[in-house]
Parts: sequence; C-alpha cells; structure tokens
Amino acid sequence: MLLHKELLRFWKVSVQTVAAPVLTALLYLVIFGHALGRSSPAFAGLPYISFLVPGLVMMSVLQNAFANSSSSLIQSKITGNIVFILLAPISYAEFFAAYVLASVARGLIVGAAVLALTLGFVDLPLAAPLWALLFGLLGAALLAVLGLLAGLWSDKIDQLAVFQNFVILPATMLSGVFYSIQALPGFWRRLSHANPFFYMIDGFRYGFFGVSDTPPALSLAVVATSLVVVSFATLGLLRSGYKLRT
Amino acid sequence: MSLSIEQGEFFALLGPNGAGKTTLINVVSGLAKANAGWVKVLGADVARDYRRARRMLGVVPQELVFDPFFTVRETLRLQAGYFGLPPDDAWLEEVMHHLDLGAKADANMRALSGGMKRRVLVAQALVHKPPVIVLDEPTAGVDVELRQGLWQFINRLNRDGHTIVLTTHYLEEAERHCNRIAMLKAGRIVALDSTRNLLDTFSGLQLRLRVDGGALPDGLSAKLVARDGALFTLRLASARELEEVLARLRESGTPIVELDVQPPDLEDVFLRLTGRAS
Repeated sequence: MLLHKELLRFWKVSVQTVAAPVLTALLYLVIFGHALGRSSPAFAGLPYISFLVPGLVMMSVLQNAFANSSSSLIQSKITGNIVFILLAPISYAEFFAAYVLASVARGLIVGAAVLALTLGFVDLPLAAPLWALLFGLLGAALLAVLGLLAGLWSDKIDQLAVFQNFVILPATMLSGVFYSIQALPGFWRRLSHANPFFYMIDGFRYGFFGVSDTPPALSLAVVATSLVVVSFATLGLLRSGYKLRT
Repeated sequence: MSLSIEQGEFFALLGPNGAGKTTLINVVSGLAKANAGWVKVLGADVARDYRRARRMLGVVPQELVFDPFFTVRETLRLQAGYFGLPPDDAWLEEVMHHLDLGAKADANMRALSGGMKRRVLVAQALVHKPPVIVLDEPTAGVDVELRQGLWQFINRLNRDGHTIVLTTHYLEEAERHCNRIAMLKAGRIVALDSTRNLLDTFSGLQLRLRVDGGALPDGLSAKLVARDGALFTLRLASARELEEVLARLRESGTPIVELDVQPPDLEDVFLRLTGRAS
C-alpha cells in the first residue's frame, strides 16, 4: 500500500515527474546530438547521436529514480506527514521496499518514454536487450536507494540539493553519458573507472550495441556490489530509526 | 513512570508544556524509542510486537500534518491500506459522516481549513477501528463549534467501548470529559487518580458567605481563608462540612444574607501540584 501511495504520488504530478524530465532529455539530445554530432569521435563506428541516446535514457532513469525517493521522503519529513507511515504497522524493510520500488518504477517509466520518443528519429540496434533491462533495473534501484539515504540524512531541502549537486550530478556527468571515456585523457579516464555511474551507463549501452568500454560482466559486478552495500547501509539506518524515530 | 490505563477508560494526561506528555505518547505509538522500560498496548509490547500494538492504536498527532498530494478520501484509503486493510468504503463514509467531512471527501487536503484538517486527522486515526484512541491536544487551536462536535464524537467512541487517552492543557476539558487523570511534571507523574477523587482530595469546596451582623460564630474561623467586610470565604474539605457550617450558623442564630458554593476546580489542583500556586 505504501508502494501504491508512492506510485500515486508521482503519477499525480506526472507533468513534473515524468513529462519534464523527458523533455529535458530530448533537449539534451537535440543540442548535443546536433552541435557535437559532426565533430565528436564516433564510438565503435557508431554515429554520435546513436551513441548518445542510451546514455541519455540511462541518465533519465538514474536521475528520476533518485529524485523520486529523495524528494518524497524529504517532503514527508518536512511537512510531517511521515508520521502516518511511522504510526502504521509497517516494518523498516517494507518501508525500504516501497520507496525503492516506486522510484525504480518512475525511473523506468521516464527512461522508457525518452527511449520511445528518440526511436522516432534515431536508428538504434538492440543487441542484448536483457543486459539493457538488467542495468536499467539495477541502476534505478541503486539511485533509488541513494535517494532514500539522502532523504533520510537531509533535514532540509538545501541539504538534499547539496547531495544532488555535489554527488549525483558530477557523478552522472563524468560517467560517459555524452562521450566514450576512451576519448578522455588518462587521469579523467581513471577517475571515471572509479565512478559506479560509469559502469551503469556503459553496461546499459552494451545492451544496445553489444560493445562497451568495459566488459558488461565487470560492470554488472560493480553495480550489483554498490547496490548491496548502499542497501545494507540504508536498511541499517532505517532499522535504527535514524532521523525518523527519536 | 509507571502507569496503567484500563480498557474503556477516558483518560487524560495533564501537564504544563515540557512535562513529557507528547514524549510519552510518542513512546507508546512508536514514534520515539524509550531508553529503558516497556510499554504494552492491550498486551502487545510496542517495540517487540509493534505490528500488533500499532494496529490497536489510533493516534491523532498534535501537529496539523497532511499530505498535499491527496484528497480526503484518498488520504483515508491510503491510511487504511498502511494497516493492511482491504478497502472498506462503507466504514470510511461512516467516519467521514460522523466528523462532518462528507461534503469535503473529494477536496484536496490543501484546500481544507485548519479545523477540517483536524477532523481528517481524527478520521485517519480511526480507519483501522482501533480499540485504543490516543489524542495529542485534540482541541488545540480549534474553534468552539468544532471543539464541541469533536468532544461529542470522542464521547461517543468512548461509550462504544473505545479506550480514550488524551493530552491537554485545557483543564476544564479534562474535568468535564475524563474519568481518570494523570498529572505530569518534568517527566514524572505527580498525581494519578479519578477526576472526582483528585478534585475532592486537593481542592475541596469554596464557600462564600455574607451574614447579618458581620461576624462568624466561633469554631468556623479555622476554615476561614479570606474576609471582605461581612463577606467570608471558607474552604471546606468536602460537601459534608457544609452541613456542619450551616448547623453552627443556625445554633448561633446568625442569619445568612448570601451564600455561594464554588465547585472544586481542577485548575486549583493542577497549580498546587505543579508548584505554581501563589
């Protein structure tokens, strides 16, 4: 039921939570695709715009999964209506599952919408759809959990913005959404390899092209491990009642 | 503190700000964790058996909180869902009807007045038909009309067998509605008794007398607390002493010009117990 409420919440403001991010992603596509399309190095023989689409789809998935759990939780905390959930016989694990699943759903819905709309004017192969789906799911889950963690930790919207602007945004931008990290100089390439977001994008892209910077199995291991670690940390905080139950 | 509230009671937790009323309620409802000790709701430990304990509790929080994404009806349906209940619109309609929320069922929570939001909070606490209802300052900031309506409804719930526990610092409300009272101060219970006994024990009656001749017979001066000309104020331990006073006056042939008995006042008890009496 909490899952249902969480789904209902973002669906009720779907212009803001679904349509807006889809539009943003399409603008990125138009701007980067056309401005950089001619000059950027192709990746594995692909036109730049084809290369760009999976990156943008995954970026939308990740950002929206994060935005959903973090903003829902922080709003409930600030307005105080979190008490209705805390008063109910809901376990911390159920709480976790509801927030994460709803956020994964939003991430995937936005991602699917971006993908569907871009397919209209970009030719895209789908070499390994299961890999794409798997990375989409795990990536959304990881960001949903991170959103929950950020929402738990933050007492104010500003603190959440710090998390978003100094952690999530740079990690997304340095993850190879807009370029292949092979085009980067050595230091930046090594830095990208330390960024879990890189593996999510790279693995997702593998699902389309069947080629990637890093073997997909390695990417999968990195993403899955990150998910497990962050989930355990968040579950631990929820169990202790961190910033929820005094 | 150690406190046991029986089923079917209408119980008040009374105390000044910071006495620990809300903290106590938060521990009972699971919003706060006790550092030590235990609380059981109808036999269910609120920490170990929290699911059972929370199902038996309906809590009306003190703050006017609401979820701006939903209408009244949606809010209630969701709340029922949190308790794992299948949709029971008949019950929700009934609750809304008794709280005069029917006309606003499909209005967004944001559009409601403060009093209406308070009623939704009460409705939310009732969606799972809890045997124990806890109200934290239910009438704080509520207008007179709604306050009366709320009390009628709460009294009805109590008559139907619900245990009611509330915090308030409106003493007259506790005096009028509750059958037992715990007075709290700085996290401790300073008094715990039936409302009747508390009033009898601590306060007694105040008798104001104006007599012809301007003098009281001997033997009554011990009860005298104030004198203003021929107007005497006496404190009586109970109504039984009234008889005695009247008898003395008759014996001494002192005619009564004016007589006025003040009922015991919880405020008086409260102030004396919390040490703020002058």
